[in-house]
Amino acid sequence: MEKEPASKVELAPGVGGGGEIPTFDITLKVRRYNPEISDEAHWDEWKLTMYGTDRVLDALHRVKWEHDGSVSFRRSCAHGVCGSDAMRINGRNRLACKTLLKDLDTSKPILVEPIKGLPVEKDLIVDMEPFFQSYREIMPFLVSKGHSPTKERLQSSEERERYDDTTKCILCAACTSSCPVFWTDGQYFGPAAIVNAHRFIFDSRDDAGDMRLEILNDKEGVWRCRTTFNCTEACPRGIQVTKAISEVKQAILTRKV
Amino acid sequence: MATPTIESPRSGRVSPGYSRSSASRGNFEMIAWLFMRLSGALLVVLIFVHLYVNLVTGDGISAIDFGFVAGKWADPLWQIWDLTMLWLAMLHGTNGIRVIINDYAEKNSTRMWLKGVLYTSTVVIVVLGTLVIFTFDPCPVIDGVAHVADYCSAT
Repeated sequence: MEKEPASKVELAPGVGGGGEIPTFDITLKVRRYNPEISDEAHWDEWKLTMYGTDRVLDALHRVKWEHDGSVSFRRSCAHGVCGSDAMRINGRNRLACKTLLKDLDTSKPILVEPIKGLPVEKDLIVDMEPFFQSYREIMPFLVSKGHSPTKERLQSSEERERYDDTTKCILCAACTSSCPVFWTDGQYFGPAAIVNAHRFIFDSRDDAGDMRLEILNDKEGVWRCRTTFNCTEACPRGIQVTKAISEVKQAILTRKV
Repeated sequence: MATPTIESPRSGRVSPGYSRSSASRGNFEMIAWLFMRLSGALLVVLIFVHLYVNLVTGDGISAIDFGFVAGKWADPLWQIWDLTMLWLAMLHGTNGIRVIINDYAEKNSTRMWLKGVLYTSTVVIVVLGTLVIFTFDPCPVIDGVAHVADYCSAT
């Protein structure tokens, strides 16, 4: 039996792996916009040979690093945690770093656009400030009455479970920018703000649930939700966004009625 | 050389189109939302009984004529039934259109005009319908000529 090498890097080609990674050709179409050159957006297209393990983000990197350095997009961790690279891929809001090219229809061009409903600044970069403004308005921090305990604030696992789903939000804006009500005029608080309000409203340690419910009882609050489920479909963390919004609606109703 | 000033992040530069005018007072949107669900459930019952009584029972669809309607509105039950149906359906529909206008109109002025037309037509239809249900006279006398149907008692 052959001795295992100290490092996999030393493996001879074709040894030890699951065989060569398949490659395929794709056409990547990116919605370009640069206000310093033109007020009109246009599509740029590149033909790339990519690997079966590559994601849309890798294709964008290939373009930026090897073809056109002016292509602009946000990405930080590139592993689906930071929430920087939400974009509209083939008409659906996805994280570029979590969308494998092989899962898309590679026989057709892959369309990449900035997320909708927020002002585009350049190429795939949008102004996230309106999104964060709504987020800040729902007070996404622990508010407690009385003196702080000298130990940690205790919570049962059932109480923790109550809002577990909405703790997963990474603020990528995929949900809010997939919401047709938000597209109209950007006045709606949006799914992300409501999800993050939900996270504190149903937290047993928090005491400002009533204030958050009052904020979301606004005419631009939860009642503008039409339950189209676009947000739930778009969420890269699999949060049941529409369900969370409905729970907030219900909490407002049971409080008022 | 002057140092360029760099604005601190979160210096409140939200595009003006996105800032909400002011927090709205009251529970109007909540009540409207609740009304849609309750009236919707009630309307299903009201409308399907209405359709069943008009189209299936008795002689079915061939029985519907002026006299049939006159006969129904002679009964206070059907007066109340039709009145409830009229009001609920009109308010349910109006609120639905109001919401659609809010969702699809992009400018406040467009919204105001569309809603103006909507509310005016709602008021006209509701007032007219209510008036008809309560003032309906199956045997009217117009210009001294009695338009007597065979079910009217001859005077």
